[in-house]
Amino acid sequence: MSENRAGRNGHKFLIHKRGDHVGVATSDIDAGEKVVGVFMDDDSTIELEARSAIPLGHKIAIEPLEPEAEVLEYGIRIGKAPGGFEVGEYVHTHNIKSARW
Amino acid sequence: MPDEVFGYRRENGRVGVRNHVVILPIDDISNAACEAVAAHITGTLALPHAYGRLQFGEDLDLHFRTIIGTGANPNVAAAVVIGIEENWTRRVADGIAETGKPVAWFSIEGHGDLETVRRASWKAKEFVQWASELRREPVGLEELTVSIKCGESDTTTGLGSCPTVGVAVDRLVDEGATVFFGETPELTGGEHLIADRMATPELRERFMQTYSTYLEQIESTGADLLGSQPTQGNIAGGLSTIEEKALGNIEKTGTKEIVGVLAAAEAPANGRRGLYFMDSSSAAAEHITLMAAGGAVLHIFPTGQGNIIGNPIEPVIKVTANPKTAASMREHIDTDVTGLLSRELTLEAAGDQLMSDIVRTANGRVTAAEALGHREFVMTKLYRSA
Repeated sequence: MSENRAGRNGHKFLIHKRGDHVGVATSDIDAGEKVVGVFMDDDSTIELEARSAIPLGHKIAIEPLEPEAEVLEYGIRIGKAPGGFEVGEYVHTHNIKSARW
Repeated sequence: MPDEVFGYRRENGRVGVRNHVVILPIDDISNAACEAVAAHITGTLALPHAYGRLQFGEDLDLHFRTIIGTGANPNVAAAVVIGIEENWTRRVADGIAETGKPVAWFSIEGHGDLETVRRASWKAKEFVQWASELRREPVGLEELTVSIKCGESDTTTGLGSCPTVGVAVDRLVDEGATVFFGETPELTGGEHLIADRMATPELRERFMQTYSTYLEQIESTGADLLGSQPTQGNIAGGLSTIEEKALGNIEKTGTKEIVGVLAAAEAPANGRRGLYFMDSSSAAAEHITLMAAGGAVLHIFPTGQGNIIGNPIEPVIKVTANPKTAASMREHIDTDVTGLLSRELTLEAAGDQLMSDIVRTANGRVTAAEALGHREFVMTKLYRSA
């Protein structure tokens, strides 16, 4: 099932906190699509271009990261990015690993 | 706050929101007799399970605590206990009888199934007719014990359904109610957030020890947990690591101080109210069974990809913020907070909606899982039997 309706602010992803490296798609996002994200802590917005398709619930990079850097979501480390990533990239198990197990 | 709550006040003063007469087997081989009694006597509930023979030590203690706690739960009006041997059967019945509720026990050895079923059915019929005349009365929200656990989580759980439950948990605790949460291994990556909320340094120490013991046990197997924690379903839903899953999970515990650390299936001492951590697996059926054995009468279950769990003793309320799940698995969802993702619904309003559903369910509204016949009753087994 496809769910590509934009939210109230025309947004297609949400970011938990300012300073996070990733946002979460709240609609299916197409490759190359210009999309708006909303920071949930202060309601400010960010716009960027998705480098690949990102399904609802999956993550999009909003900051570039160096290889082996820690990835922040909720303002807290959720793992490491062995090869780093670029803004707009799809972020999932292929480019982020647990720092715990 | 929502409307008045009407519950069943039991002999020991505790409040239930359902009125079950359970037929409780001590062991796997007594399931057949229990199910036969439940088939004869309309309105009774058999609780078959897989264990209860040749267990020992800590594992046996947990088995007894779970069985006795289940019978003692305030959602249970009366219990018929059946086991193969007299001693263990009487021990469980005596444990349940401490609540003051009607309990009868039957051991099968020396009598056989047919004679046991005949005698137990007479007693079950008497209990059901007695329980059917019990009436709900006005009770305080603070008299409820609520348990929480999420499942088939995805990133929408952390964005929407778990924060909604967090709002409800804060309100319940402010009202003076009791709330249990657990899922020990699934706190990994955010265990420090829970430790920081412990009411005393002693509790903090006890929590960290409980957490470390569980983690050491998992890590000693040398297994790769990717695919188990997070699960394949979690990964399909966008969760990449255990830390990310844990942070979403922890959102549902709200913000209040944690006043106790409970062992699996343990009830709070002296009936002290507030938010409790219970050491438990993250597997839904095991988890809710343990929480009900600790005295929880209503469960709130945030889900992302669509877990379908229910429990025979406590009603399970499903909450989702995932619009795909809300559409494709609609029959399983009680509280739809998908508006949080589109930001058409505020978190406060979502909390109001859930509080209203909690009160309606407490007052007798049948949940989706109850209507669909989900009665997963699963004992936690710590190690192989002797």
